[in-house]
Amino acid sequence: MKRVIETKDVAGQSPNYLLAKFQDLVDWAVNSSRANSLWPMPFGTACCAIEFMATAASRYDFARFGMERQAFSPRQADVLICAGRLPFKLASVIRRIYDQMPQPKWVISMGACASTGGIFDNYAMVQGIDTIVPVDVYVPGCPPRPEGLLYGVLLLHKKIRGESLFDHVPRREEQPLDDRGLRLPPEEIDEISEPFGNSVHQFRSA
Amino acid sequence: MNPSVDALRATFGNAIGRGLESCGDTIVYVGRDALLDVMAWLRDTPEQTYDYLVDVTAVEYRDRERPLEVVYGLRSLARRADLRVKVELDPRGDLAVDSVVPLWRGADWLEREVYDMFGITFRGHPDLRRILMWETYAEGYPLRKDFPLRGRFSRAEQVRQALAANPEAHYSMEELSIAEAYEELPVDMKERLRRGERGALPDSE
Repeated sequence: MKRVIETKDVAGQSPNYLLAKFQDLVDWAVNSSRANSLWPMPFGTACCAIEFMATAASRYDFARFGMERQAFSPRQADVLICAGRLPFKLASVIRRIYDQMPQPKWVISMGACASTGGIFDNYAMVQGIDTIVPVDVYVPGCPPRPEGLLYGVLLLHKKIRGESLFDHVPRREEQPLDDRGLRLPPEEIDEISEPFGNSVHQFRSA
Repeated sequence: MNPSVDALRATFGNAIGRGLESCGDTIVYVGRDALLDVMAWLRDTPEQTYDYLVDVTAVEYRDRERPLEVVYGLRSLARRADLRVKVELDPRGDLAVDSVVPLWRGADWLEREVYDMFGITFRGHPDLRRILMWETYAEGYPLRKDFPLRGRFSRAEQVRQALAANPEAHYSMEELSIAEAYEELPVDMKERLRRGERGALPDSE
């Protein structure tokens, strides 16, 4: 974390006053509040959602990190957690949910399928939800264990604490879809969706 | 071999093709035009009473000379007997069979799925449209062998079309229009229904 508060040494005495930049102090206060009370919007579509539930339940309990309240309404959520594969049929749904969330908002892509399409390199599956919505933290695994998701949440905390209210660029300026209806240029989407690993060798007719 | 096959052959003669046994199940091939009669007979004849339609599905084989098969799983709950009925279609010809929805209401969604995945049309189906893929899906029929595994369009085009879909149109209006609740719908919703609004790409907001 950024060092916000400095002490000023006076000769022969213990430090008796503190100095801080006002901006840093505000950032520290705001970002700590944001990071420590993230309300997740669970978007569970597959087996990752089971691990997500385990993470939310008493043994792992992400309420310890301020995610006490799960918001099943995007209007009262801070972080969208996409747990599981995303078929094209749900693409417009998750985009609508993302658009409905108030700023500031973050997205965690949980698991191999949400992050890359995973083993489902086929006609029905989105090859990584970052072609649909911007993603802050990718959690690998198939599915990730609860520790993995918690680590992702902690990374997100770290990212939030590094942000500043005083940037002139609005934070995560997420542009609406462009005139083609995409958030990335088509070439980039094609490149992201290239087959890789074993799926390069899979049988493909016609 | 299930005795129903011989009974079928005695009743329908040439319309019944070969019968064979596989893993304890009896499979009988039926001519396309006789399908509805055969199914009604199997359901209603007291010695047969195949009253439960287990599944409707289809198979396309990799060697293209083999015909495409529509498969019906039948079960007689009273007699505890199973019969599998198959209809062969020429993949290069017109892919159409009679719908069995008049006999079993449960065939409705099963036949829609076969239509969605294989492009086989069911004559007389009350509401034949896609069920798994969205209604504006334009790439074809995914379980056909000539369908590329990753789809026909580029990924970017697939994403574009998926994002352009109206997320509220998937189960839309049609399902409501055939529901009994239709009369209770709000006026504007009825109006949208009347305009046939479904699956149309949404206007830019």
